[in-house]
Parts: sequence; C-alpha cells; structure tokens
Amino acid sequence: MAKDLRVDVADSPSSTQGSPTRDFANWSCPLPLADYPSIVMGHGGGGKLGNELVEHLFLPAFRNPALENLGDAAALDLGSGRIAMSTDSFVVQPLFFPGGSIGELAVNGTVNDLAVSGATPKYLSASFILEEGFPLAQLAAIVESMAAAAKSAGVQIVTGDTKVVERGHGDGCYINTAGIGVLRNGVQVGPHRARPGDAILISGTIGDHGMAIMSVREGLEFESQIRSDCAALNGMIATVLDAAGGSVHAMRDPTRGGLASTLNEIAQASGVGIAIDEESLPVRPEVQSACELLGLDPVYVANEGKVVLFVDEEAADVVLDLLRGHPLGRNAARIGQVTAEHIGLLVARTAMGSNRVIPLQIGEQLPRIC
Amino acid sequence: MKYLTEFRDGEVAQRMAREIHAVTTRPWKIMEVCGGQTHSIIKNGIDQMLPNGVDMGVEMIHGPGCPVCVTPLELIDKALAIAAQPGVIFCSFGDMLRVPGTDKDLFQIKGEGGDVRIVYSPLDAVELAAKNPDRQVVFFGVGFETTAPANAMSVHVAKRRGLKNFSVLVSHVLVPPAITAILGAPENKVQAFLLAGHVCSVMGYWEYPPLAERFRVPMVVTGFEPLDLLDGIRRTVLQLEQGSYEVENAYERVVNFEGNQPAQKLLAEVFEVTDRAWRGIGVIPKSGWRLSEAYREFDAEDRFQISGIRTVESPLCRAGDVLRGVIKPAECAAFGKQCTPRHPLGATMVSSEGACAAYYNYGRFLSAEELAKAVVSC
Repeated sequence: MAKDLRVDVADSPSSTQGSPTRDFANWSCPLPLADYPSIVMGHGGGGKLGNELVEHLFLPAFRNPALENLGDAAALDLGSGRIAMSTDSFVVQPLFFPGGSIGELAVNGTVNDLAVSGATPKYLSASFILEEGFPLAQLAAIVESMAAAAKSAGVQIVTGDTKVVERGHGDGCYINTAGIGVLRNGVQVGPHRARPGDAILISGTIGDHGMAIMSVREGLEFESQIRSDCAALNGMIATVLDAAGGSVHAMRDPTRGGLASTLNEIAQASGVGIAIDEESLPVRPEVQSACELLGLDPVYVANEGKVVLFVDEEAADVVLDLLRGHPLGRNAARIGQVTAEHIGLLVARTAMGSNRVIPLQIGEQLPRIC
Repeated sequence: MKYLTEFRDGEVAQRMAREIHAVTTRPWKIMEVCGGQTHSIIKNGIDQMLPNGVDMGVEMIHGPGCPVCVTPLELIDKALAIAAQPGVIFCSFGDMLRVPGTDKDLFQIKGEGGDVRIVYSPLDAVELAAKNPDRQVVFFGVGFETTAPANAMSVHVAKRRGLKNFSVLVSHVLVPPAITAILGAPENKVQAFLLAGHVCSVMGYWEYPPLAERFRVPMVVTGFEPLDLLDGIRRTVLQLEQGSYEVENAYERVVNFEGNQPAQKLLAEVFEVTDRAWRGIGVIPKSGWRLSEAYREFDAEDRFQISGIRTVESPLCRAGDVLRGVIKPAECAAFGKQCTPRHPLGATMVSSEGACAAYYNYGRFLSAEELAKAVVSC
C-alpha cells in the first residue's frame, strides 16, 4: 500500500480518546482498534471496519511489496520453471497450545506441503473466518505468530481475506492458507515414486503435536509438558535436496493420521510394501507415557514438524547425516525399508521379533476404557 | 521407560519362549480372560512365539474380557436413546462411541445434534453435572471390576454433593461368574486361565482358589506387557505339565491377594450383585453389579424410562462364539468380508480390545507364512 499509514482518528470508530492522530506505521499488536476489543459483524462487511483490520493489523504484520498494492490479486514474479500449489484449512482447538498456535500451523502446514513436494515455497495467501465476538487481542497474537512464522520460513503472505460469521456459527477463528512454490530442477519426488530397496528416514520424534494438543484439549494433567513440534521444514529439506536431491524419491510430512497413515498411503500409491522396525521409531518418553496412559499408538498421532523421506539405499547415510546436522533433525532416524513383498501394506517388526500389520485407521484413535 | 521397556525386552522374550518350548510336551489350550491381554498378544505376536507342534503346543483362546464387546446391544440402544434426548449431556469413554447399536452409533447421535462427550474419568462427568445444573448428565458406566471403583466413586461423590442431575447407565460385569460359565459349558475346551491383572489389582485373587479347585484348572494372575504374558503362560504350562491347579500371581508388582480394600468397600456399598446378560453369551446368574438401594436414584435406566427399543443382532455375527472361545475370529465367515472395523457387525470388531478387531488390525488376515516373509532389516 503506497499511502501513509497515518490514520485520522476522527474518521475511525476508535476516535473517542487520545491524540487527534495516531501513528500506526510502527504499530505493534495488540492495539489497533481499542473501541472494539472483539470482532463485530462489521469487520467482515467490506467497509471501514474491515479496511481498518487490513491497514492496522494485517498489513503492518505481513508487510511486503506484493501485499501493499492491496489489489484484488497479488502480482508475483516467479521466474521460469514449474510451480507447485497447495492449500490447507486450519481449525485446531485450542488456538494456542504448548509449542505453537493456529497461526504458526497455518503458515508451516502449507510451507511443508510445498517443501515435501520438492518445491521452494515462495508466497502464501491467508483467509480468516472469524466468529463474532472473537477477541481482537487474540487475532492480533495469531497474526503476529503468522508473520513470525512466515519470516522464519522465508515466505511472504501476499493476499488474503476476512469473513465474519455470527456468534455460534464458528469456533473463534478458522484460517485457510494457500501457497505456491517453485519446483526444483533435478528433483523428482512424489508419493508414487518409492521403490523396493529404498531406505525410509524420519527427521525426528513422532507424536509430539497430537499429544500436545490432546494434553491441553482434554485437560489431562501430565507431569511434564508436551510441546508441539510445529515447524517449517523447507530449510532442512532444502539442505537435503541441495546435496542429494537426485536420491530422494518421496517425502511427506506425517500430519493427521501420523506416520502410519503416511506410510500406508505411500505403500499404496507406489505399489510397494513397507517394512519398519518398531524399536527404531523415535518417540519422546513423555509422549510414549501419555500414549500408554490413553491406549493410543504414537504411530497414529499427528506431527507438524517432521518429514518422512524415501531415499536410495546408497545415499541413506548421507541424508541421515544431513538431517541430523540441522536443528530440526537432530533426532532423525532410519526406520525401515521399501520391499517388493506384501504390496500396499505397512508391516512392523515388533521388539519381540514378530511382525504385525499396521493398517490405516478408520477414524480418530479413541482412548480405551481400561 | 520405567516399568515398560524392561517388560518389552525382545531377547528376554525369546529366552522365555524357548523355555516354554522346552517344557511343553502336550497340546494345551489356555484362555486369557482380558481383552487388553488379547490385544497385547496379537500386537506383539506372542501367540506366534509359542510351540505349535502336531501333538504338542500352546494355543491361546481369547476370553470374554472386553467390556465393550459384552455390553448387550439392548443397553447400547438405550444409551443411544438417552443420548439423543434434548437437554442431556451423555458422557462415555472413547471406545464406546463407535459401537453400533441396532441403527446408529453415538457418533451419529452426536452428528445429529446430541451432546455426546468423551471423558477420561467418570468424575469429569460429575463435574459437568455440577457446572450444568439445568442439564441431565449421564455417564455410560460399563466395564469389569477394573473400572467399577471410579464409577462407584462418581455416584458416591454425586450423592455427597447432592447432585440431582447426574446419573449412570450401569452395566458392570464380573470375571469369576464368567469363568464359571465357560468351564461349566459342555463344549468347553479351556484347560487353564491367565487371570486379568487389572481386575485383580482391584479385587485381589481371593475369589479364584475355589474355582481352580472345583474345575481343577490352573490360573495365573498375569499382566499385559510381552514379558508379563510370557511369564504367565510359562507358569501356566508348568502347572499343566505337572498336573497341578494352583492360583499363582505372576503380576506381583501390581496385584496382591487381598486387592484394593478401600475400593472393595466402596464397591460393596454402591453396588449389589445382579444377574446380567452378556452379549453373545446370554444371561449369567449373579454376574454383574447394579446400583444398590441406597444409590438407586442415580440409575439412568430408572430416570429415563426408555421403551419401545427394537434390538436386532446381525445373523452373520458370531461374536458370541468368539467371546466364549469356541472359534477364532478368522474362522467366522463374515470376518474381513461383511465385517470389518469400518462396518462392524458385532462389538468384537469395534473395540480395540475385541478379539476380531485385534486380529484384523494387526494383519491376521494374512497367513502366518505371509507375515513371516515380511522381513525387516535396517
């Protein structure tokens, strides 16, 4: 936006106090609209209130040249080559949890979907569906966390939208992000490209995000706090692809449904069997304890900052070292291999030395009676 | 992890399995009573580690100890009818939600606007009742002796706090009468029992010596981790081979003979023994608990007079035969075909402790040879 961010307070609903003009250029959250401490229907009405949200909240937080035009669409320069596009909606409750927030999830989730597709994430859109009465301070905190996450991931939020639904018709705040990235040359990854003999690596411990959410959502009181692993993976993935891109056949971030769902999907998409060693799976003791307590299996619990990689056997050790050399990959481990046996199935070798099939779950895992 | 990893040591497990192989000279059939044990046996492949010869071996028969599985369909239909009523907050443990009634399950009731909530303790339901005085809060209290103390405590607390809007839909069942029914049945082939460790943590094992004596079967109190199970099986086989029929405790870190006395005292106050229908098995005399006279006002069946329920069991489902150990899940014609965890015909396919679900989920639709071929080396 080219115009000065100086706003004449006489025109705005927050005009009843303070000096005649207020400088929002160096505005920081969370005080854009003091007279409206929470979202009202007008914030989605396309009028002054909506504009103020944009000018006083979204623009200062996300500031970049493409956004500042405030056109109906952002004009972007992507250079030549193929692009990747992805979208995801975020409805997590609670909105803030140990280790992250819906805002960080919304940025990192889409960044990660692009990164595991072999693309370099560049630009995101952000759409908010807000419930009437949602505290503005919370929205500001979410927007700030998104801005920080975007900065850290090296992407720009270049377009967006806000809608307000009546009280009772939403859950505070829903966010949709879409993202585009540029596909890397010389890298061909996809869920259908795993082949027999591939080594399977994971970049760290499993189940952290799901158990962090469950521990706060269900009011379970564990001795040690479990933190979400929410993180943008594009930096770590770029390190791997820069050095060994040709050896990586498939990547995926095991979010909902956990590692088990991801491995099942790749087994089916690639028409191969997958064998993992249960003892090699990295699981934090506090996550394992919480799972034992609730009768859940960490292989089905969601992650938000992990990537599973299918790589050439010869390159497996190199890739593992690359992962472990990155701050997000210190606990990376080799967990199994692709086989031409039991096509479409994920089979785990148990600690007892026996084998068991790990199927796709039908719905959510449910805590057991006893 | 303390108390877990040391009971999951693969090398020790192999050593214990070899010991079982060494002492087994005849074919033995041992029933593990508890669904949690069934789950662990199949998940860890314990049954595949046992001797399996032509004229000698150890076969594990899966018992009726899955609370979700033995809850009568009629009671589930009642639960659904209560949960669908306006003004009701219906609370349940998670794995009851997917159990199908005749027409629906609790998830569908929730989707249609019913207020159905998963709780982790019945005391959470009491708290909900205190916070929502204008709503009726109902807790679905199913289970064996293991879950009974917490359910009893919820009613006890509700009474002490004078809550008029809390009730429980009770269907508690008891292990000793079930063992008696299994051993007394003409088609019985069970020769020994692994007793349910968690049930015994509450009740002790003083109830079992008369049963072991009467039917001349060895019984071993057993835990749930792989080494617990192998130790329980090893001790049971040793007794069978020696022709003895003692009650032994292989779960000493949790269970003692007398059990949890304060819990038993509370149970005796809140509940009284009653005849109970077991799904797939039928009515077993004096095999369950209901609320005692002093606590009857908290009985959801009395508070919500539900009538006109038409319960229809699937004619294909052989859950009853599975629960009595007459057949293995894969021997049911519907297993993995008409009946899967996605479209379960009976509760044994729904609950994670149900034998059919354990078989399906851990890939027992593959042959033993196919599973064995799934070599892992990394």
